[in-house]
Amino acid sequence: MSILLDASTRVIVQGITGREGSFHTEQMQAMGTKVVGGTSPGKGGTTHLGVPVFNTVADAVKATGASASGIFVPPPFAPDAIMEAAAAGITLIVCITEGIPIQDMIRVKDFLRGYPAARLLGANCPGLITPGVAKIGIIPQRITKAGHVGLVSRSGTLTYEVGSALSASGMGQSTIVGIGGDPVLGLTFKDVIELFEQDPQTTHLVVIGEIGGSDEEHAAELLGRGSRLKTVAFISGRTAPEGKRMGHAGAIISGNRGTAKSKEEAFRKAGVAVAETTDDIVGLLR
Amino acid sequence: MKLLEYQAKEVLHSLGIAIPAGKVARTPDEAAAACAQLGPVAVKAQVPVGGRGKAGGIKLAATPEEARKAAEQIIGMDIKGFKVPLVYCETALEIGREIYLGFTVDRDARANILMLSAKGGMEIEQVAEESPESIARLYPNPWRGPLDFELTQLVFDAGLGELARPLGALIKKLYRAIPELDAITAEINPLVVTKNGEVIAGDAKLEVDENAAWRHKDLEERYGDVVEGDPYEVEAKKRGLTYVSLDGEIGIIGNGAGLCMSTLDLVQRAGGRAANFCDIGGGAKAEVVENALAVILMNPRVKGVLMNVFGGITRGDEVAKGLVHARDNLKMQLPLVVRLSGTREEEGRKILKENGIEPGANAWEAAQKIVELTRVKA
Repeated sequence: MSILLDASTRVIVQGITGREGSFHTEQMQAMGTKVVGGTSPGKGGTTHLGVPVFNTVADAVKATGASASGIFVPPPFAPDAIMEAAAAGITLIVCITEGIPIQDMIRVKDFLRGYPAARLLGANCPGLITPGVAKIGIIPQRITKAGHVGLVSRSGTLTYEVGSALSASGMGQSTIVGIGGDPVLGLTFKDVIELFEQDPQTTHLVVIGEIGGSDEEHAAELLGRGSRLKTVAFISGRTAPEGKRMGHAGAIISGNRGTAKSKEEAFRKAGVAVAETTDDIVGLLR
Repeated sequence: MKLLEYQAKEVLHSLGIAIPAGKVARTPDEAAAACAQLGPVAVKAQVPVGGRGKAGGIKLAATPEEARKAAEQIIGMDIKGFKVPLVYCETALEIGREIYLGFTVDRDARANILMLSAKGGMEIEQVAEESPESIARLYPNPWRGPLDFELTQLVFDAGLGELARPLGALIKKLYRAIPELDAITAEINPLVVTKNGEVIAGDAKLEVDENAAWRHKDLEERYGDVVEGDPYEVEAKKRGLTYVSLDGEIGIIGNGAGLCMSTLDLVQRAGGRAANFCDIGGGAKAEVVENALAVILMNPRVKGVLMNVFGGITRGDEVAKGLVHARDNLKMQLPLVVRLSGTREEEGRKILKENGIEPGANAWEAAQKIVELTRVKA
C-alpha cells in the first residue's frame, strides 16, 4: 500500500510535449507509472512518448479515464492548468511549476473549493513517488527504496537528501510527498500525515519543514493528539535572519509562529523527536 | 519587491488615494529647496525596512536650513543594513485621528486578509497581541474583490461606522493593488483623518510579488534600482541568482532553498558564520556555479566557500567539472570545500580531489572542514 498513488493510478501529463514535460514523463514511464496520455493544446490527435496527446484535459479524461495529472507548464499558464484539471474531474493534481504568482494561487485555491474531490499537490513541488511503483513529478527514483517510512517535505533537495540517507540505511519508504515551498499551497503537512495514518504500510514518518507559515505547527498539533507512527521532524532555516526573504523558501517570518524555534517546540511538545541535522534523522527514526 | 514609502505613495495616489504633498530629495540642497516650496516638512529616510523613526531616520524641519541639515544627517545613514539613498520631504498633516488599514496574504487561510483598526498610528503588532478584537478582518473573494456590504461590515466592526462611506471607498481603491499590481502586502499606518475630515495616507508600505514581475515590467523599470542595500545582492540579481547577504565569512552555495538553509544551519553549528545564502537551483549548471562563485568572491569578508550540492538528476561528474572550471576561470585562491552527492558522486569526488578541491563525505563533515580551514587562514 501507499498513499495517493499506486500502480493502477492512471496519469496524464499537462504540457507533455514540452522539454521538461517530455523528460520527466520518460522518467515516470521508466519506473512503471501508468501514464495514459498528455495534453498540449493544438497537438491533439498526435502521439508522444508512446501515449496519445489531447487538446484539453476534459478530452484526455474522457478517452483515458485518467484520475491524476502532473503539470509541467510555465508559470503564466499553470494556474489555468490546475483549474482545468479539477474541472475535468482529476482528483490528484500535481503541479511542479515554480514561480506562480501568489495572487493566482489564491484564486486557484478559491476555485478548488468547488471541487472538493480534487487534491492539489504544490505548486513549486517535486511531486510524489511510491518507490518501485509509480511517481508523478521529478523525485529521482534512484534515491528511493520501497518500505514503511512516510516522508513528507517542503523542500525538494532536502527530500532527496533524506530519502537517499533512509534508503542507504535500509529504511525504505511507503510514499515520498513533496508539498512544495510556496506560501500558498495545495496539500498541507496535516493533510498528508492524515493519509499516512490511514495507510497500513506506513509505520514511520519523517516531516521535513522549514521556516515560514504555520503548517508545521498544525502538523505537530495533529500528531500530538495521538499517532501510531514513529515520527522524526526536521526544520531547516534556524539561522536564517528574520525578515529576509530567501528565494522560494517562504521565509517571511510572522508573529511568534513561523520561526524554526516555534516549529521545533511544537513538535517536541507533541512528543515528536526533532533532528538537529539531516544526518541525525535516520538514527532517531530507528 | 518592497517599494519605498514615496514609491508606495505614488502608487496609492495613482489608485486614487489621497497622500500629503511631498518631494524626493537626493541631496541636502534638494531637501532645502523642497522645504522652501512646501513649508515645514518631515524629512524621512527612504529604506525598505520598518523602524526608521527609532533609528533617527525621520526629522522635522521648519526652515530650508533645517531641512538641509536633516538631509545631511540622514542621507547615507545605515538603517538595518540599508544605506539611505534619498529622503522624502513631506508636509505635516493636521491629525484628527489615526487608523490602521492593511492587507496581506494569510498563509494559513490561503487567502488575502484585509485588516482595519481604529487603533492606528502605533505598533499594530502590539494591538494585535493585546486586543485582537480591535482589528476587524475580512477575507475578500479573490475573484470579485470585496463587496460594498462586506466593507460596511468591516468598517462598523472596527468601530469606525461614522466613516463608513469614505473608508469603504478608500479600501476599494487600495484593494485594486491586488488584482492590478500583484501586491502581496500593503499597509497604510497611520491612515490619517485630518481635522477637516479628509482621509489621507500618512505612511505607506507596499510589497509586490516578484513571481509576477513579468506582468508588471513598468513597476520594475520605475522602482527596481532605487534602493540597493547591498552591492553583492545587486550583482547577484543582475546575474539571475537567488542570493541574500549575511554577515559572516563563509560563502555558501547550495542547490534548493531548503538544502541551502540547512547548510547555513550546519555552518553555524560547526562554529562558523555564513556570508550569504545562495541557491543555484536544481540543475547546478556550470555557468550558474561560476556566477555564484563570482558574486561570493566579490565580498572581501569571505575567507572560504562551502558548496553543498545534492544531484537528483544532475550528474556529479558534470557538477565537479563545472566547479573546477569556474574556480580556475575566477583564479580563486580561498579554501573551497564541496559536498557532492547524488548520481555519479564517486566520479565527481575524484575530479574534485585531482584538482585540489576538498570533497566532504557528508554535509556536516564539509561544514566542519570549511570552518576549520577558514579559522586557520584567519
